[in-house]
Amino acid sequence: MSDPIPGITRNDVAHLARLARIDLTDAELDHLAPQLAVIVESVTKVSEVADADVPPTSHPLPLINVFRADEVTPSLTADQALSGAPAVEQQRFSVPRILGEEQ
Amino acid sequence: MLTPLPTYEDALARFEPVIGLEVHVELGTASKMFCGCATKFGAEPNTQVCPTCLGLPGSLPVLNGAAVESAIRIGLALGCSIADWCRFARKNYFYPDMPKNFQTSQYDEPIAFDGSVDVAVPSAESGGELVRVGIERAHMEEDTGKSLHVGGATGRIHGASHSLVDYNRAGIPLIEIVTTPVIGAGARAPEVARAYVGQLRELLLALGVSDVRMEQGSLRCDANVSIRPRSSAVLGTRTETKNVNSLRSIERAVRHEIRRQAGVLLAGGTVVQETRHWHEDTGVTTSGRVKSDAEDYRYFPEPDLVPVAPEREWVDRLRGTLPEPPHVRRGRLQQEWGCSENEMRDIVGAGALGLVELTVAAGASPQAARKWWLTELARRAKEDGLGLAELPVTPAQVAGVQALVDVGRVNDTLARQILDGVLAGEGEPEEVVAARGLEVVSDDAALGDAVDRAITANPDVVDKIRAGKVAAAGALIGAVMKEMRGQADAGRVRELVLARLS
Repeated sequence: MSDPIPGITRNDVAHLARLARIDLTDAELDHLAPQLAVIVESVTKVSEVADADVPPTSHPLPLINVFRADEVTPSLTADQALSGAPAVEQQRFSVPRILGEEQ
Repeated sequence: MLTPLPTYEDALARFEPVIGLEVHVELGTASKMFCGCATKFGAEPNTQVCPTCLGLPGSLPVLNGAAVESAIRIGLALGCSIADWCRFARKNYFYPDMPKNFQTSQYDEPIAFDGSVDVAVPSAESGGELVRVGIERAHMEEDTGKSLHVGGATGRIHGASHSLVDYNRAGIPLIEIVTTPVIGAGARAPEVARAYVGQLRELLLALGVSDVRMEQGSLRCDANVSIRPRSSAVLGTRTETKNVNSLRSIERAVRHEIRRQAGVLLAGGTVVQETRHWHEDTGVTTSGRVKSDAEDYRYFPEPDLVPVAPEREWVDRLRGTLPEPPHVRRGRLQQEWGCSENEMRDIVGAGALGLVELTVAAGASPQAARKWWLTELARRAKEDGLGLAELPVTPAQVAGVQALVDVGRVNDTLARQILDGVLAGEGEPEEVVAARGLEVVSDDAALGDAVDRAITANPDVVDKIRAGKVAAAGALIGAVMKEMRGQADAGRVRELVLARLS
């Protein structure tokens, strides 16, 4: 996993916006970057109390191995599943053409 | 490309190929990885989906225990160490095949790692050699939805106006198995790639964890290929070829990619790190997505799923459920069947080992079982573009047909017609025999009449036989068989012919 980000720059925000396919204007970047920097900085305060020997916590509860049995439970109907979709075609979610490739 | 590709031999003379394979296996669990939706292939679009696999707000994933068991068994069968403790991670990306905007996967903590398999690579001269392929890791993740690109000419994304997504596949348990780079295979790299995936497929089948149907996408292979000058110790830039949907395609795609990259380097160019798409029809790869900063998945531990920490007792118990290792099984069957090394290689090479084994278990002799699967059925499979295991005939049915031959109720010609019927969905062998009236005529009176007619119709042949040319009897036997429409025992007809003319 990546190291904690010490701060967040305007370039970081522009990069994330591009990954998220959000078209931010220069003005918006100028506005948002410092705000996000403040948020990240506030959260970073945690590292002041956690020493290097304290591993980062990913899960607050000491649980392991929570499994369910391999049993089929009822699904939604296609109508239910598609009810929130802005556009539907051939019983599928219709989405704008995305540049790029499947993963 | 304007410059012609160098031949494979020329490419190999200058460069050494290095390959790596990533295989994705859809597990055959009844329900999905993190929710209870069914995993049935071919269901109506968006009918096997729920709030969890649709990524709706407020839903929470719960891990399918059977999928974890399968993952551990796969890891053990590949000689891997099993992690004492591991987590899932979110692979963040924005593409509509995952409605959550991330795929739940494993990143730096795979459940299985550091294994190897000894791959039997067939060879015309030496009877094959074993090549050790290292397994870097096998990790758990979920499959993505299926996109249908509309408006483009070829169904591909280029030129499409929009895409239609079906999430039935999203969330189906997937195991990704990654090899370490295979170095030193030289000209045989494409064959090693094919043999590895073939053997992996057989292993997964024996484990019973997946139906491993490449044509349905339950086993998918991405082939990483790079080449480096023979004098160089540094690995070249690699490409990742996707969309390779058969064992034969794997070999062809790797071979093509070696030639293509050699062509690029010989023309003074550089190989670009990218994904490439294999085209089965034209036998070439074309450029897909170029690796770039857009590929920044920002993995982080999945907070909604607790860590998996398999206890040793559990892992040991699962180790006890592993099937016989492939090479041990092969040796045992060879001895039981009394086959030669070449015969065994043919059986294994045709992907018929399990089928022949089941056919023998259903009562056929090893020779007969091998004959049916490797000749008649292999031909049918080839004609229909199917794998042997995909033919709509079971080993028990093949054994049933052979049993009819063994008791003399049908001959080989009729047996093939019965198989026709079984393959056409007309039912069990006995039902086909009854419906098509395919039994041999053993009624000597009916046969005798046919023999008499053949003798009358062929006086010249009769003269030859009487003059001592017994071989000429073949013409009369042929005439009788024709009249009986093949439904006679040729040996019995011969006896009758010779008895009448002696």
